[in-house]
Amino acid sequence: MRAARDTAQGTQPRSAVKARRAGFIRDVISLGGRALRSIPRDPESIIPALVVPMFFFAVNVGALQDVAERMPGLDYKAFQLPVAILFAVTGVTRANVLVLDIQGGYFDRLALTPVNRYAMLLGFMVADLVLVMALSIPVIALGLIVGVRFETGLLGIIAFLGIAGIWALAYNGLPYAVALKTGNPAAVNSSFLLFLPVTFLTTVFVPEEALTGWMSQVVKFNPVTYLLQGMRSLVSEGWVVEDLLAAFAGIGSVALLSVPLAMWSLLGRVRRR
Amino acid sequence: MPEYAVVTEKLRRSFGDVVAVDGIDLLVDAGEIYGFLGPNGAGKSTAVRMLTTLLMPTSGTAFVAGHDVVREPVEVRLRIGAALQDAALDPKQTGLELLRLQGRLYGLSGRDTAMRIGELESLIEIGDAIKRQVGTYSGGMKRRLDLAASLMHNPEVLFLDEPTTGLDPISRSRVWDEVRRINRELGVTIFLTTQYLEEADALAERIGIITHGKLAAEGTPAALKRQLGSDVIVARVDGDAQQAKRAVENIEAVEAVDAYEEEVSIRVANGAGYISAVALALNEASIRVRDLTLRTPTLDDVFLHVTGGRLQQDEAVDEEAER
Repeated sequence: MRAARDTAQGTQPRSAVKARRAGFIRDVISLGGRALRSIPRDPESIIPALVVPMFFFAVNVGALQDVAERMPGLDYKAFQLPVAILFAVTGVTRANVLVLDIQGGYFDRLALTPVNRYAMLLGFMVADLVLVMALSIPVIALGLIVGVRFETGLLGIIAFLGIAGIWALAYNGLPYAVALKTGNPAAVNSSFLLFLPVTFLTTVFVPEEALTGWMSQVVKFNPVTYLLQGMRSLVSEGWVVEDLLAAFAGIGSVALLSVPLAMWSLLGRVRRR
Repeated sequence: MPEYAVVTEKLRRSFGDVVAVDGIDLLVDAGEIYGFLGPNGAGKSTAVRMLTTLLMPTSGTAFVAGHDVVREPVEVRLRIGAALQDAALDPKQTGLELLRLQGRLYGLSGRDTAMRIGELESLIEIGDAIKRQVGTYSGGMKRRLDLAASLMHNPEVLFLDEPTTGLDPISRSRVWDEVRRINRELGVTIFLTTQYLEEADALAERIGIITHGKLAAEGTPAALKRQLGSDVIVARVDGDAQQAKRAVENIEAVEAVDAYEEEVSIRVANGAGYISAVALALNEASIRVRDLTLRTPTLDDVFLHVTGGRLQQDEAVDEEAER
């Protein structure tokens, strides 16, 4: 067998550039940047997320405001604003891009690099966070334009946005888990079905005390009920610690399921078995 | 740089009951172009996925650029580049964005990334298209960008998994030129898988023929052909090639006979001196001969000899690429 060859036999010297691990933070920023760049190039995935919440806000308020406001002290526009935000951020995810990466082989190209494996998912989630914040701003602006006022002021609006963002990330663990586990775009699209019970089997149209029958029982088990309660308190009541803790508990209960599922699916995909 | 770019011992990978790679031993010199030749499903891609740390071996060992692919996957990743089948690129990024991201993930500074992009632009001739989204590229341009992405971090070993499958003949020829340049000018070891005999013959300094997950033969193209003797007489017959084989195998000076479908390959030291004897023997056995040719051995003959089958897929794939 021949010995190692003299690589300087050619005309061009070997470049001095040497690869090294970039580090976790830089990996997340790099992949987050790539996921963010893809958003404006994929407008068909954003437009529904912008239109649907505004549509529901207008329809719900237009149809139910007069009836709902017969309940003493209920400002129905303020009541509906968190619902509009819920529709704006829930399930808004780059999981469809991730699954295309897997199908097209780009996921493997990234896996060939020394990139931190967790960053391969967190980069997408950073982009999701930026996107849901961006989608929430026009919805909040619409609310302010039609007369909704935050009892908690500007800081409350920021907290409102923050809770929406954390919720979006907790929920998005589920479509990411599906994307990573199956590598199948149809399965990711089907995960949208989760959206229906999560967002409709709750206090989406009227307050909990106005619900009757089985619905009044089911909403107690839906974490979104507590999420909406916390967000509504920021709009209508002020800083109610109990409601905010309930909202975080609701988000946490979803995250407790979705984050381990997503991480398990990620590690399953990159474990090389 | 270690003496050997790739060292494997009894490398094996199974998927359930199916053994995709079955105990392969390899020694690839640093700086050489090694061709891994085999038909679809032979185990080439599985072997490459193990060597590039994307897949764990079921058993055996593999060292790439001096590091164990199982125990030191990150060390291996830092030293290898790979262009896998079907140019795995993100269609929504521009070529430039894709290369910059690649540089960042390998820990390159902005200056080094810009320098490498400058060097690679001239090497792969992407031109202004580098500023366009990859989704607008032709197949050949995607392959060249994929090559550039694989080289961003200046790897010691480059894995190319069927780099020209699906390309038209002109694009294929350009990729060949680029592979030679990368090896010659940058000193990069190239581990190439291919199902094209012509490609292996043209590019690889040494070839390993893989079939059913096993390494059936290995050597330089010239040495592999030399093993078959100096000439090959090929008779295409109507009817049973096995009968034709029996008719000619006792001719004096015939070294070996391979029969495949309607074709008999007769290996002799002096083909010109024995072609008439072959014709006569076939005639005496009442075998109708459609054509009789004399040529020097090809890799296809080597492949037939070691695997018992032909590897004639080039034309079919070319036609597919043209469609």
